[in-house]
Amino acid sequence: MAFREYKIGCWMFGIALSFSMTVTIFLPSIDISSMSSTKEALEKQLTYGWESGFNYYDPFLQGKDKPIKVILNKDPMTGEAIDETAAYVFPAGTHFPNGLTHDNILGDDVQKASVELGKIDQASEEAGAVFLVQTTEDDVPYIENATATRGWQVDAVLNAAEQKIYAGAGKTMFIREGCWWCHTLLPEQTQDWQTFGRPPLVGDFNGESPTTFGSDRKAPDLLHVGSRNSSREWMTMHFFNPRLVQPHSIMPRYDYLWGDKDANGNPIDLEAWDREYLEYAKGNRVYPPEVPEPAPDSEARKLIDFVLNLK
Amino acid sequence: MLKYLFAKEEDIPQGTAAVFFAVSSIAWFIIGTGLGSFNAAKLAFPDFFHGSYALQFGHMRQVHVHAVIFGWIAMAFAASMMYITPALGNTKLWSEKLGVWNCLLYNVGLCLALALLWSGVTSGREYSDHIWPIDLYIAFVMVLPWALNVWMTILNRRTQGIYTTNWFFGACMFMTVIVFLIGNLPEWFHLTGLNEAYMTWWFAHNILGLLITPVAAAITYYIVPKITGNPLYSHRVGHLHFWSIVVFYSTPAAHHLMSSPLPEWLKSFASVEGVLILVPAIAYVCNILLTMQGKWAMFVENIEIKFTITGVLLAIPLNMQGGFQQTRAINWYIHGTGWIVAHAHLALLGFSTFAEAAAVYYGLQVLLRRKLYSSSLANFHFWMLLIGFSLYWVSMTIAGLIQGAAKIYEVPYMDVVIGEHPYMVVRWLGGTMVFFGNIVWLYNMVMTARAGTPVPAGRQPAEVAYTR
Repeated sequence: MAFREYKIGCWMFGIALSFSMTVTIFLPSIDISSMSSTKEALEKQLTYGWESGFNYYDPFLQGKDKPIKVILNKDPMTGEAIDETAAYVFPAGTHFPNGLTHDNILGDDVQKASVELGKIDQASEEAGAVFLVQTTEDDVPYIENATATRGWQVDAVLNAAEQKIYAGAGKTMFIREGCWWCHTLLPEQTQDWQTFGRPPLVGDFNGESPTTFGSDRKAPDLLHVGSRNSSREWMTMHFFNPRLVQPHSIMPRYDYLWGDKDANGNPIDLEAWDREYLEYAKGNRVYPPEVPEPAPDSEARKLIDFVLNLK
Repeated sequence: MLKYLFAKEEDIPQGTAAVFFAVSSIAWFIIGTGLGSFNAAKLAFPDFFHGSYALQFGHMRQVHVHAVIFGWIAMAFAASMMYITPALGNTKLWSEKLGVWNCLLYNVGLCLALALLWSGVTSGREYSDHIWPIDLYIAFVMVLPWALNVWMTILNRRTQGIYTTNWFFGACMFMTVIVFLIGNLPEWFHLTGLNEAYMTWWFAHNILGLLITPVAAAITYYIVPKITGNPLYSHRVGHLHFWSIVVFYSTPAAHHLMSSPLPEWLKSFASVEGVLILVPAIAYVCNILLTMQGKWAMFVENIEIKFTITGVLLAIPLNMQGGFQQTRAINWYIHGTGWIVAHAHLALLGFSTFAEAAAVYYGLQVLLRRKLYSSSLANFHFWMLLIGFSLYWVSMTIAGLIQGAAKIYEVPYMDVVIGEHPYMVVRWLGGTMVFFGNIVWLYNMVMTARAGTPVPAGRQPAEVAYTR
């Protein structure tokens, strides 16, 4: 039997699919890749590190391999008072974000300033490094490798820190716990300016992975939540049991992120807490039970740090 | 199943792989809709089952999505392809043994993938949530052997031409493999930033547009002519459908990110291409409905046609929504609201599921050579699915419109949550109806295998009368 070979059809199919791939993958990727990093993108990369989803260095999403953001009020080496400065500490062995390891992520001007002024080419993952985000006189943001430019060592900076913000590890919790199934990180360009703040710009994402925009907004957008509500106490109660501060909330409780012990070393008994809460909900108690303060190394603390750091 | 894993190819009865895939797909449908119902309950009553931390909404939401997409929809597709492709090529499946192994490793891989997602091990990218080692397993162990079986069966056909259904099957498997491998590039090569965000949605769009909807359509191109006995209304309109899917459906991925800072030319291009989805949609729906000429009584009398045509009718609102909701004028209002959730369920639980359910009903009867055990139970299943789905769709659409209005009029978010509550309860009820309907379906199919009236060789199941 003579088989029809469908030669023309196969050629047409190949051409059609190649055309579609060119227009929808190749051209946009050139366009998107040519965008320079904004200051936000530099801060996000230095806060979140190499990768927040599944990766070799943190396969079970426990918040490993993450930098620590610190707030400094004094020079860590000399002890002199300085203006409040955010520094990003990468302890030895912590992997750098894409912007520091690939030449084409930051954008030409940002890359040039970061190498010439910021000496990022001298930073090493094995030895660890401390970074700052700076701006040139021409308003070009760049990354400064403070270990090379100022001699700031990792341990000294951590010791001198006024405040340690575990937002990098917190983003891992944000992804693992599925917060982004309901909370978007993408105020919409058309209408969210008043309620949720400025929508992101095209260069705000360079080097960040994953971006966790979210698609289904069952809850408020969080991109600028730290500017709307900066109360750590409110966040702590809200994560432990959202109904404590927002009676109609449908958010799940994240009390299990507190771990076994609270900040004072007392064991946390969630069932006992629940019984007392139920009494309160029934009206048999005037006040709800006290929410334990999360331990400094608890997952709850990291997640709260991440959310409060979303300015 | 196990006894066929190491049997010789010629000792495995034809249709074995299809039967295993079909039974697995029904089981996964029950699991997937059960998870969906549980998740919906949590959205209506957040302290429902409080204390079981393994059952957190944020951990279970993606398990529901992947259980229904990979478990129910994809396995029902595999089942359909493994009996329809050889039937249309007048030949045998290329390798039943490969099909049986494929089904086993598919189930094993899916259990592993869902267990990882459940425990929170995720790439953090919607629809490509699986971590890259699982992606590799899906591509090379779950999908490629299946595609190979379909392609080789088409190549080894004993007919001169290829019928519409088989163009779609062969081409969609090819496009699925390509889309899967390219769509997961960000994970394999650690691409970051907007490129990654865009490719996440490029993947999500194309996997739906080049696998789930066209294969469901291809199934109806087989089921309707086969059961009604009418030839397909127009082969040419089928061509129009096929080529416009390849060209128009593979291009509008950026319309999922209309409110993000992607290049404006890309958003405009995607939006225009998105409206052009109406071309294949209208061609397809007209072609199938015109094929029904003179046989509309079967829409009432025949369970497979009832399912298929309901699916085709649901494709009309699906494509009308799909074509227009992504234009800037409408996307502005409904982006990120329950409307989109309703639309996604219209595509998967509406159009696609109804077409596949018909293919699984028909396929199991033909392959087992048994008449369906109970027409009443099948009708019960149909109405549970249709009413459950409709409750879900309508309630979520209303919830979405409330959210949209609240979004543009800047209503405090808490008031939206309060306003949505009744619709969340209805959504849960609808999803639960679908879940219970599916349990009845599994019972009906198990009883068909055990106690269905035998269908004589050379006869169609529809030609045999129901005995109960």
